[in-house]
Amino acid sequence: MAERLLLLVGTKKGAFIAESGPDRKSWTVRGPTCEGYPIQDINRDPATGVLYAGGGSLWYGPTVFRSEDNGRTWSQSSEGLTYGDDGPKISAVWNVTPVHGALYAGVGPAGLFRSEDEGRSWQHVEGLTNHATRPTWQPGAGGLILHSIVPHPTDPARMWVAISAVGTFETVDGGASWEPRNRGVRADFVPGPPPETGQCVHKLVMAAGEPEHLYQQNHCGVYRSLDGGRQWEEITGSLPSDFGFAMAAHPRDPQTVWTIPLTAPDQGRYMPDGRAAVWRTQDGGDSWIRGDAGLPGRDAYIGVLREAMARDDLDPVGVYFGTSTGQLYGSADGGETWAAVTTTLPPIWSVEAIRVDE
Amino acid sequence: MALVILPRSLAPLVPGLPHRATVDGGTVGEVIRALDASWPGVANRLCDAGPALRDHINVWVDGEPATLATPVGPGATVHVIPAIAGG
Repeated sequence: MAERLLLLVGTKKGAFIAESGPDRKSWTVRGPTCEGYPIQDINRDPATGVLYAGGGSLWYGPTVFRSEDNGRTWSQSSEGLTYGDDGPKISAVWNVTPVHGALYAGVGPAGLFRSEDEGRSWQHVEGLTNHATRPTWQPGAGGLILHSIVPHPTDPARMWVAISAVGTFETVDGGASWEPRNRGVRADFVPGPPPETGQCVHKLVMAAGEPEHLYQQNHCGVYRSLDGGRQWEEITGSLPSDFGFAMAAHPRDPQTVWTIPLTAPDQGRYMPDGRAAVWRTQDGGDSWIRGDAGLPGRDAYIGVLREAMARDDLDPVGVYFGTSTGQLYGSADGGETWAAVTTTLPPIWSVEAIRVDE
Repeated sequence: MALVILPRSLAPLVPGLPHRATVDGGTVGEVIRALDASWPGVANRLCDAGPALRDHINVWVDGEPATLATPVGPGATVHVIPAIAGG
């Protein structure tokens, strides 16, 4: 048995797996897997080791793939993944997250589904779909999508979800009821004061070991909350843009998160000044540090989507991101220096890093 | 019985699904349900809420465009073909 690090990469044309030793210096890539399905999110249940990949095919619809052999073979099922014959058609699975022995899927049009048999069948979490604000929900540029699922680490009844462009919601009763958690978050694309819902949260993460401590990368800035999302404080600060998609939280340090600022939506949504960089805070958002050594420093008009950044749990921690033009980069020192893992994949939509013994 | 010709790209998604299958069914919908009874999950890949065929799945019965409600006579040939789409 040898310890290996796997980067699970969901792309527009299937899932790929980049593999390395713990030194994270030399990578081999295998794939495509998942039959070339567009894969929006790819994840692993640490309790079982089963991999899950969610997406949606133009021809064959939304589904969730599962693998019991670290991505060598896959099966898929969407049994029960429907709003019913009277409901809207589900186009894709945007997030798949293990939660205390169950599996949750976020879909578009926005909604939440739960599986209790490792993805073989699904049940609709109607409490969220039936929220009183549902008639006001509006899509973002990528559609009306539930893209972030953040479980409480010890209380299975608590969970946060994030929807574009509706905002963050929390449940404390296992999904029967939900409350918006958007106070303090800007929504500059609508007039007037910030609404209760309608914010375009792009990525929601939890600080390590502190369940009430959340961060979000939003369409309109970067934020932190110390009370489970009841109140948000903007921490955009010195970042070159308040716009971006991806965010990742350190596995052990609650004060460290990484984000990738991009130019404004009407100015390209790519790395500012064509200089690729990943920014990190190590003080909870009070200040930001630029990390770009080894990344393209000119003519890098590349973007990174919401699920396409990840970190491993090694020490020093590794950080990884994939671009929407197929480049995958990694850092083995917390984001200070970077190197290309591979640069010739299809558009990358999601990245996850896992350690396995093989 | 009807002869159903299925897309090769569907086989890897549904274990054991053949390229050609002979099943009973009085309509396209019934034919798909019969396929699903033998190869579970194939209906979810071909059909959407409504119920209806997925937007980019085309079906012909004896060379004529069909919907789930289209009758399928004895000895008919049913073609299931993904539409030209994507990029």
